[in-house]
Amino acid sequence: MSTNSTKSDIRTATPTANENTPSSLSFQGLILTLQKYWADQGCVILQPFDTEVGAGTLHPATVLRSLGPKPWNVAYVQPSRRPADGRYGENPNRLQHYYQFQVIMKPNPKNLQDLYLGSLDAIGIDRDQHDIRFVEDDWENPTVGAWGLGWEVWCDGMEVSQYTYFQQVGGLDLELVSGELTYGLERLAMYVQGVDNVYDLRFNDATEDRPSVSYGEVFHQNEVQQSTYNFEHADIDKIRQKFEYAEEECQYLLGLEPPLPLPAYEHALKASHLFNLLDARGVVSPTQRQEYIKRVRDLAKGCAEAHVALEKRDLEKLEMEKAKSRKAGLTSSVPKLASIEDL
Amino acid sequence: MAELLFEIFCEEIPARMQVRAGQDLEKAMTTGLNAAGLSVDDVRVFTGPRRLVYVADIPLQSPDIEEERKGPRVGSPQQALAGFLRGAGLTDISQAETRSDKKGEHYVAVIKKEGVSSHEILSDLIPNIMNKFPWPKSMKSGESAFRWVRPLQSMICLLNEVVVLVEVGGVTAGNVTEGHRRHGAGPFTVTNFENYKSVLEGEGHVILDAKEREALILRDAKAACEAKGLELVEDAGLLSEVAGLAEWPVVILGKMDPSFLELPSEVIRLSMRTHQKYFAVRKAETGQLAPNFIVVANQSAPDGGAAIAQGNSRVLSARLADAQFFQSEDAKKNLIEYYDKLDTVVFHKKLGSIRDKAERVSALAKAIAPKVGADAELAAHAAKLAKCDLVTQTVIEFTSLQGQIGRLMYERALRDAAIAAPQGEVSAKPHPKDGVAVDSKSHPEGGVAVDSKPHPEDGVAVDSKERKLSAEDHASIAVAIEDHYKPQGPSDSVPTDPVAIAVALADKVDSLVGFWAIDEKPTGSKDPFALRRAALGIVRIVLENDKRLKISAFIDFTRDHFPSSLSSEDNLIAFILDRLKTYLRDQGLRHDVIDSVYAQNNSTRGGDDLVDIVNRIKAVQAFIDSQDGANLLAGYKRAANILKAEQKKGALPDGRARAPHEAKSRALFTALQSTDGTIDARLQAEDYVGAMAALAGLRRPIDEFFMDVQVIADDTAVKENNLRLLKDIRDTAQKIANFDLISG
Repeated sequence: MSTNSTKSDIRTATPTANENTPSSLSFQGLILTLQKYWADQGCVILQPFDTEVGAGTLHPATVLRSLGPKPWNVAYVQPSRRPADGRYGENPNRLQHYYQFQVIMKPNPKNLQDLYLGSLDAIGIDRDQHDIRFVEDDWENPTVGAWGLGWEVWCDGMEVSQYTYFQQVGGLDLELVSGELTYGLERLAMYVQGVDNVYDLRFNDATEDRPSVSYGEVFHQNEVQQSTYNFEHADIDKIRQKFEYAEEECQYLLGLEPPLPLPAYEHALKASHLFNLLDARGVVSPTQRQEYIKRVRDLAKGCAEAHVALEKRDLEKLEMEKAKSRKAGLTSSVPKLASIEDL
Repeated sequence: MAELLFEIFCEEIPARMQVRAGQDLEKAMTTGLNAAGLSVDDVRVFTGPRRLVYVADIPLQSPDIEEERKGPRVGSPQQALAGFLRGAGLTDISQAETRSDKKGEHYVAVIKKEGVSSHEILSDLIPNIMNKFPWPKSMKSGESAFRWVRPLQSMICLLNEVVVLVEVGGVTAGNVTEGHRRHGAGPFTVTNFENYKSVLEGEGHVILDAKEREALILRDAKAACEAKGLELVEDAGLLSEVAGLAEWPVVILGKMDPSFLELPSEVIRLSMRTHQKYFAVRKAETGQLAPNFIVVANQSAPDGGAAIAQGNSRVLSARLADAQFFQSEDAKKNLIEYYDKLDTVVFHKKLGSIRDKAERVSALAKAIAPKVGADAELAAHAAKLAKCDLVTQTVIEFTSLQGQIGRLMYERALRDAAIAAPQGEVSAKPHPKDGVAVDSKSHPEGGVAVDSKPHPEDGVAVDSKERKLSAEDHASIAVAIEDHYKPQGPSDSVPTDPVAIAVALADKVDSLVGFWAIDEKPTGSKDPFALRRAALGIVRIVLENDKRLKISAFIDFTRDHFPSSLSSEDNLIAFILDRLKTYLRDQGLRHDVIDSVYAQNNSTRGGDDLVDIVNRIKAVQAFIDSQDGANLLAGYKRAANILKAEQKKGALPDGRARAPHEAKSRALFTALQSTDGTIDARLQAEDYVGAMAALAGLRRPIDEFFMDVQVIADDTAVKENNLRLLKDIRDTAQKIANFDLISG
């Protein structure tokens, strides 16, 4: 790139037509490209978590793994469900089921911003032509007691990602700070493909024998039916009972000795989704709302604490075993070898 | 002197924090260097999205210091000498000097401290400053415990072109920086500030100075608008923000679909400003918003910004389409039809819903209305309408437009009604050709079905009596809906329409009484319900409209509307008077004069009548500032001091003075007698300037009394009567203010 701009060069312009470039990535192409890119950066590529969640952050690979002293690098696609955002497939921008692409790097590498910008290059956003900004946006998720500082990343004024340095999760201060990147895949794809309606997205590319499939062909019916269920048929009393059950089960699992924080956390997530369903049905008053959120947060917090305690115990056990074997005279020769190599 | 160049380079600093951070850095560096004995000259500070820069001239070394420490007298015991030597860091008494003063000879240790190199000073100072930097929010990153606003990337610290050893949060300062992300990839090695600036502004594509970026954006934005016959809607806050978001600002004029201009301009401008950080643009001839916007990009694109403009335009369209959807949903009902829904929104869990609040405010506004010249029924009705927009989708989305949206909805319904009423029958039928033209002309919204809505406002049922509201009534209600939140701060305007005044006062009194009742008073810096602002609002509305009111009556009135378990509005009047005090001080009135009037303020004098209190204060201050006043104050103080002195010796004589024989005393006695009556009459008539003038009349008799009369006379009866005269002086003056509290 070589713009020889100087101050006097600063220009003004009015838009000219610039339509959907045929070479743009399909929806699945976008996912495959991001997976490849982050795999190359050393991330473990996971598959979606199989419990309903409201955001990719809630995946245990983010919430639980960002706790404790162990490094962890991961990327995955996560379907996210927000029942209240359903529009029966009639709104071009809103969905009750959509995809996020989530990256966690723990501890965050010093060049994480550059790595992120590299991912935009990889998916074909020409950063010479497009204006990328990091605009202050501090992230908070009260249901899992988490917060961090960071930005919304804007591309020509549109938010394409959320970029956060986690500071607290499950109400606990973090030993290592994780850098979290969340790409809203549909929105990003709409931008890359230059379409105004999510259902018009090219899901895949046509081959010689087969035409391409649109996002609408894959998901439109799902939006219609799920919206109908969420808004009209979800059985309020049963959902309330299910919420109670999930809460009890979570508390039971946390009360075991030793506790089972991983299955307990799944029940906390179920409770969270059930609350979202009740909310979509419009049966939660503002006061009740705060109560529900607090109940879910208490569950998540309990899981986080139990998870950290277990990890700590494992580490201590490991240290003790090491110490034991040292005493027994089984000293390892590895450190010596390393120092020889250094020479 | 040597040049210090210090750059902190980090990931994007929130725009709103940059200016303050520059000031904090400047203060901490300069005071820190000064405290270390270094003079600091020619300080320059620069802030931007990714860097804070401090440049100054400082010496290379702090000066040598000689410090003298006084020791024991010559010939003191050995123990004392040893302690002195230890403390002064000497090994033998011969190293100390001797000095003599009037008490004799003593030892002095002369301690010489050699100057410290500025390199060393900076090595200590900078980590100290950065570790304690007052960011509003800061964070840790990676494995480090160091906190900064966003991850710290690098630092430059050069003194006299030599790198200073500084290490903070795992980052070591050097002489290398980075330029603009896109146009100015470094690294750039620099030697001094001149070189740093020219490298950054040249190859680095970074305009260092925020003010320069602002000026550039403003100039280019105006030019871009002018070129199309348009005008920039200037916005200083936004300008500063966008200058904090770009290192290399490039102004682009974007277009939007003109059909969005049907939205209220407030909605468009708020969408542009808060969500997208665009400047609005208006047509030069009409002043109406144009279907354009100004976006400030952070780079000059090869296509001249066409793609950037198009992308931004698309985002804005999506936002405005949302707003349009909310507006059309909201417009399906009239404003008052949202009233019942207010019950679903909690005002405060102990104080009920917004609807509960609206009910209370309505009743209170009705009670206040006659005192401020408003129609009681209108005020009661306006108070209910005033909160209705809180449950509209537009206000839920654009909270800061509360009040404005309500007014617009109300006015729109009126306009529709005005059009529908005379043409009601016509519009039911297909329009005749000419009828269409008339209809579309008189209908700015264009194409909205005018007769589809009921219009309950048209003949509002106020207090069960059906009353036709006049155009003025409607206008008053509309203004009250918007203005009842005012004033939002010290610089905001206050409502002036009587109906708006009644509703605005009622709204604020209700909040104060309510939060007082549940003991949620502001404490220290905590005021989560903005009650100080509410109290100041009451003060300003009352004073700036010159309304005579008994606020306590309203407090009592509305207290009865809270459940009986909620009690106690202790000190609420005192709280409001406290705000008044602050307000008056800001207006330049003397605090001791304010205190002097406050001291004499009680339920019969002034009390909670703010206008009356202020009139007194102003009269006293004008009086004190005059020659007569200053002299009278001196006489008053003299009398008060004598009384104080005598009081220490024993109780003062009872009762009022009797007519004395001595001429000057008698003159004072007579003057006091007549003045007393005059002052009472003037005070009764609220003629405080007149009362002060009457008081001024005492100046000569008092002066002459003190000149000729020995107050503490040998004759006990005379002395006691003299003291009674002094007491009368004090009591007369204190009818207006407690002059003891006035310095002078």
